[in-house]
Amino acid sequence: MTAMWHRVLALIVKEFLAIWRDKKSRVVVIVPPLLQLVVFGYAATFEVSHVTTAVYNEDQGLPARQLVARFEGSPTFDIVARLTHHAEIAGMIDPKRASLVIHIGQTFSRDLASDNGAKVQLIVDGRQSNTALIILGYANRIVADFNTSWLRDHGGTPPPASLVVRSWFNPNLESKWFIVPGIVALLTMVVTIVVTSLTVAREREVGTFEQLLVTPLRPFEILIGKSIPPLVIGLAEGSVIIAVTVFWFGVPLRGHLSLLYVALFFYLLAAIGMGLMLSSLARTQQQAILGAFLFVVPAVILSGFATPISNMPPAIQDLTLVNPMRYFLIIVRGTFLQNLPPPLVFANLWPMMVIAAVTLTGAAWLFRHRLG
Amino acid sequence: MSAESSRASALRRLKGLIRKETLQILRDPSSISIAFVLPAILLLLFGYGVSLDARHVPVALVVENPTSDTASFTASLSNSDYFTPLLMPDRQAANEAVIAGEAKAIIVLRSDFARRLFSPTGAAIQVIVNGTDANTASIISGYIEGAWQKWLNQYALDHGRTVDLPVSVEQRVWFNAEVRSRNFLVPGLIAIIMTLIGTLLTAMVVAREWERGTWEALMVTPVRIGEILLGKVIPYFVLGMGGMALSTLMAVFLFGVPLRGSLAVLLAISALYMLTALGMGLLISSVARSQFVAGQVSIIVAFLPAFILSGFIFDINSMPVVLQWLTHLIPARYFVSSLQTLFLAGDVWPIVLANGAMLCLMAAIFLTLTRIRTRKSLE
Repeated sequence: MTAMWHRVLALIVKEFLAIWRDKKSRVVVIVPPLLQLVVFGYAATFEVSHVTTAVYNEDQGLPARQLVARFEGSPTFDIVARLTHHAEIAGMIDPKRASLVIHIGQTFSRDLASDNGAKVQLIVDGRQSNTALIILGYANRIVADFNTSWLRDHGGTPPPASLVVRSWFNPNLESKWFIVPGIVALLTMVVTIVVTSLTVAREREVGTFEQLLVTPLRPFEILIGKSIPPLVIGLAEGSVIIAVTVFWFGVPLRGHLSLLYVALFFYLLAAIGMGLMLSSLARTQQQAILGAFLFVVPAVILSGFATPISNMPPAIQDLTLVNPMRYFLIIVRGTFLQNLPPPLVFANLWPMMVIAAVTLTGAAWLFRHRLG
Repeated sequence: MSAESSRASALRRLKGLIRKETLQILRDPSSISIAFVLPAILLLLFGYGVSLDARHVPVALVVENPTSDTASFTASLSNSDYFTPLLMPDRQAANEAVIAGEAKAIIVLRSDFARRLFSPTGAAIQVIVNGTDANTASIISGYIEGAWQKWLNQYALDHGRTVDLPVSVEQRVWFNAEVRSRNFLVPGLIAIIMTLIGTLLTAMVVAREWERGTWEALMVTPVRIGEILLGKVIPYFVLGMGGMALSTLMAVFLFGVPLRGSLAVLLAISALYMLTALGMGLLISSVARSQFVAGQVSIIVAFLPAFILSGFIFDINSMPVVLQWLTHLIPARYFVSSLQTLFLAGDVWPIVLANGAMLCLMAAIFLTLTRIRTRKSLE
């Protein structure tokens, strides 16, 4: 027994050295993830601000100017141009000089005064459909505010029922609170998959893996030796990212840190299992990196990291069930924002355990059965 | 040796190099798979899997005192394509459904709902959205607002009243009238795919030659550095344009994305981007010289920025100013913008020319730097 641990320990030390000795790969494991965390934390936002807006106001009346003033006063909209001809609209939208054109017709003030209902036309650049929807949402809210104060000042009947909307867990709907905890899952996955996918493939390419197989080390021991270094790297990197999420980005951590770490542990095991399987299947490092890619990209896309799983067609939703990132994202976001209760954490934990068990066993089997 | 015969032998050397590269690509299934299988998989995944348009959103509905008025509101939710209302006995059950992720929002109609409908204060419809996913939350509250507006109009009509809306909004979404997120994601995806082929694949292949020493071996042959680089660029250029053609065909015929610009402009701008991506890949490999590092570096400086900082999913204008500057260094930014415009809007020359010029500049910089680095390393 002690002999076995001695052997495994030696392998672990060797694996660490293989990553650590090369200065370039040392830098690659440490610097980029942190850089990405900060860049993505700021860049990956679905919020829209500084909307370039052009105003085409044909009406000289006071209400029209009041409506325009509401847009001017909003921090969301930057008025970049005032148009005088209908033909100018295309010249603003087509070359992206403006994302929104507000068109107020000649009869606006007259229609408003005569209780006929006035119209305002909003023209938005649909090339980015999500941005377009959000811009329209903001603009509609400004018009709705205008309506409310107009009714109040001019004695109209209020609607019979009104909506009172509140948002739980994230009252200001900051997308940073959604994206940044997700990056914990994203970066730990990318780093562990890349590190593990190369370990076996590199040795196979150089021919040292066959040597490893003829040593007294059993596949199971090789598995442990190959798994522990990426696990340690993943846990360390995960800890740093969690700390940055809390202290730099100020995302509230409302659940138990210990639950988060238990989940991270099994998530990393699942990722390592995947990486080792890919690595054992690959003949060359190039194939291993490409394989890692072919796994990571769909895994990220089908995880709910950027777009919700519930928007996907049913067949693809079923496919996400084998994706460890899907479960970890629920746990990490739930733990940060919602204080997810332990039973719900466990409901998303056991699938990751199953994936880890299957992939790690598969990798150990492949060590022996894929030679040459 | 006459100028003519030296040119002829240069051409012959180049042919030999291209042949060697082509054979290498054809022999390694992973290169072919990255050029043709990966684009197909990515396009299918994105086209079908990634959608920012929520449909059939599960909403927990709590009706404390069911009446005909509440029924009309509930019916308007059920009839909408946007919602799947889940009737809950009380607030507690609804809260649990939201925590467990079974419902994304709660709508509560209080027991005094019907009584207060035409009172001076009006009835309140309480809406709670799960803000964890902020984008989805604001989209859902927009949908609920729409459903409420529709119901109000219908309800007022049924009761012989009209709802006064002083100003109504008439919205026009240009280039993408149905606001399909697929229409902007699929063209942007072509940029991602070409980045993978041009940068990641090339960087890995050339790094392998450095690792194995075959690059140095090439250098001691009569082949000139420019020819070696050209011999690398041409086969991968062809491979990348093949991937691009496949992606365009899938975008137009499978996903029904309109192609409103001209094919010639699309090809020209893609060719420019392909050169930029190849230049980046060659430069990375000449710096990294090991497959592990080359792979990592290309993912970090090419793939991930093309994904996040190019305007592919996230709007550049909404990023902090420093990051907006940074995006100007990302070649994919110019390509994604061109693709979205060429597919959805048409040949808008101010955009196409400005982006094309930037891509030319970047391709020239990357290729020149690669040449300089390669020459220096031959000591």
